[in-house]
Amino acid sequence: MNRRAKKDLIRILISAILLMLAILSPVNGWFRSTAFLLPYLLVGYDILWKAVRNILHGHVFDENFLMVIATVGAFAIDEYPEAVFVMLFYQVGEWFQRLAVGKSRRSIASLMDIRPDYANLLRDGALCKVSPEEVAIGDLICVNPGEKIPLDGVITDGSSSLSTSALTGESLPCDVSIGDEVASGSVNISGVLTVRVSRPFTESTVVKILELVESATENKAKSEQFISKFARYYTPVVVLSAAVLAIVPPLFFNGDWAEWLHRALIFLVVSCPCALVISVPLTFFGGIGGASKKGILIKGANHLETLAKANTVVFDKTGTLTKGEFSIVSIDSPVLPAQELLSLAAAVEQFSSHPIAKAICNSAAIVPARDKVTHVEEVAGHGIKGAVDHQVICVGNRKLMQSCGFQPQEANRSTTQIHLCDDRQYLGVIHLSDTVKEGVNDTVSTLRGLGISQIVMLTGDRQEIASQVAEELQLDAYHAQLLPADKVAYMTELTKSKKRNTVVFVGDGMNDAPVLARSDVGIAMGGIGSDAAIEAADVVLMDDDLCKVPQAIGRSRRTLRIVRQNIAFALGVKLLVMMLAAFGHAFMWQAVFADVGVSVIAIFNAMRALK
Amino acid sequence: MTKQFKMIDLDCANCAAKMEDGIRKIDGVKAASISFIMQKLTITAPDDQMDIILKQAAKVCRKIEPDCRIEPIQ
Repeated sequence: MNRRAKKDLIRILISAILLMLAILSPVNGWFRSTAFLLPYLLVGYDILWKAVRNILHGHVFDENFLMVIATVGAFAIDEYPEAVFVMLFYQVGEWFQRLAVGKSRRSIASLMDIRPDYANLLRDGALCKVSPEEVAIGDLICVNPGEKIPLDGVITDGSSSLSTSALTGESLPCDVSIGDEVASGSVNISGVLTVRVSRPFTESTVVKILELVESATENKAKSEQFISKFARYYTPVVVLSAAVLAIVPPLFFNGDWAEWLHRALIFLVVSCPCALVISVPLTFFGGIGGASKKGILIKGANHLETLAKANTVVFDKTGTLTKGEFSIVSIDSPVLPAQELLSLAAAVEQFSSHPIAKAICNSAAIVPARDKVTHVEEVAGHGIKGAVDHQVICVGNRKLMQSCGFQPQEANRSTTQIHLCDDRQYLGVIHLSDTVKEGVNDTVSTLRGLGISQIVMLTGDRQEIASQVAEELQLDAYHAQLLPADKVAYMTELTKSKKRNTVVFVGDGMNDAPVLARSDVGIAMGGIGSDAAIEAADVVLMDDDLCKVPQAIGRSRRTLRIVRQNIAFALGVKLLVMMLAAFGHAFMWQAVFADVGVSVIAIFNAMRALK
Repeated sequence: MTKQFKMIDLDCANCAAKMEDGIRKIDGVKAASISFIMQKLTITAPDDQMDIILKQAAKVCRKIEPDCRIEPIQ
């Protein structure tokens, strides 16, 4: 509690005691009014002052002014205790509201606590503490255990484990050592690291994340826009109906002036749309903040709203559903044992940088030394040739075998095949495939559980491979052999179709920026890697864990549910109080509750979105 | 250019919405938004007009919430 809150609390308490005394004291006439005026002025002087100032500025429908009218009106109709009590109750409500807003601001600020304050710059062999902005590319910085990594870079010395939980939501620390890239915002847990900075602070991971989350509120959701429009009309309409209520029944239906004025004053108290205006944006912000803590960066409340409506999810295949790394499925050789064939292939393939070559070298038990292999020659689009122990070996696809004069059997399998031959005979074939990521099956079934009716895969890969993956994951549809332009065309068709689909596209950000942009919600995986993807995407996942996709959808839906609860609750209570007031069954303190009390409850409800 | 400012003693969300509206209407302002939660004002406007706009924005805010001040970040 800060000083201002304490001061206000004391003021409220003293006024409450004075009000009690005024009610209990047996005075009449002028003494009585003075006895009530004292606590009224003490608790409400700031509101009176604000009301006067705002009137001078021409703001008629200001909430302070309305409170003053309501309470002065109550004085006018001899409802002294009620007038003071309403002002007191209003201030108590405001006090709680400020406390609640302060608390939510702090919990959101703690989410943003990933900004590093300083960097230990290594300059001329000495360490000095500087602000991260001052460090340039190529500088060496030192990161001690327990400190945040202030800038992106590559480790040049030391090894440690890093906690990236603030960035990715991943709770397991990862081990890093010399040569590894580290992202700013992660926390160094165990060892001292020396890092060569690779990006200036303004372009670092941590600054990009903060910018994304902080500017997310600028993209307002439709329901937010609705609320601000609604608020503009709500107050004048309620005030107008209050005026009608005060004048019409006494004038035309012989009503009692004081009684109807009292009912009208209750209308004035509930005429502020504050509960809505605070809680709706706060809920969206909480939803975005909570997701960012889990490594899901949503770039705006509008995207969160669309994500909640998703009914179709389209995945890119390579790198998204599959690892993008090849592994060996089987080896067939008419002449050699499988392991021998593999080391022969590895002998030549170690000179290639293709992902398939890497997979072969990684799986071979023995890779012959590089100097045993001579005359290495890459045959573009076909494979690679080389002499192993003076024996020419060709490793590559069918076309390479054909050019050597061999006709390997046509294998109709959904794998990528690498054949081997020497100058005398065909040696065999290695079947490789890109493996599906772990947990993708669960992700697909979770998505179905969320009511996603269509799950589709797009790929540039061959038909057979695509159909196998689609079958394994039980997808609803797949489209293979697509060029990047085809993917965009397909996405356009899907989003424009008459069925009013809300389409989410999930890609790893490599070459699919146009598709990300075309979908209703584009989700890019793999963090702050590709700038183009982040620019085009609406949601960025900090790692490539697919289970974050259903999580993101689930969180969005929960956030929207809370928004709807708050709207319904706030409007419901206000309408109820107005109805009761119109028929003469409401008290003014109920109206104050419908105003500030509802605000406080709505704020607390909004904070649930943060979890 | 887009610039951010801190809003000190911004107490009421409805007022923030009104201020936002008012600042948008100032000549030269391309975009303006106030985040009540972050207590931040973001203005997009031409560089050379920024100072005048900021003065007018402060006036708009004072009219709506007299205690509220606009301050540059850091």
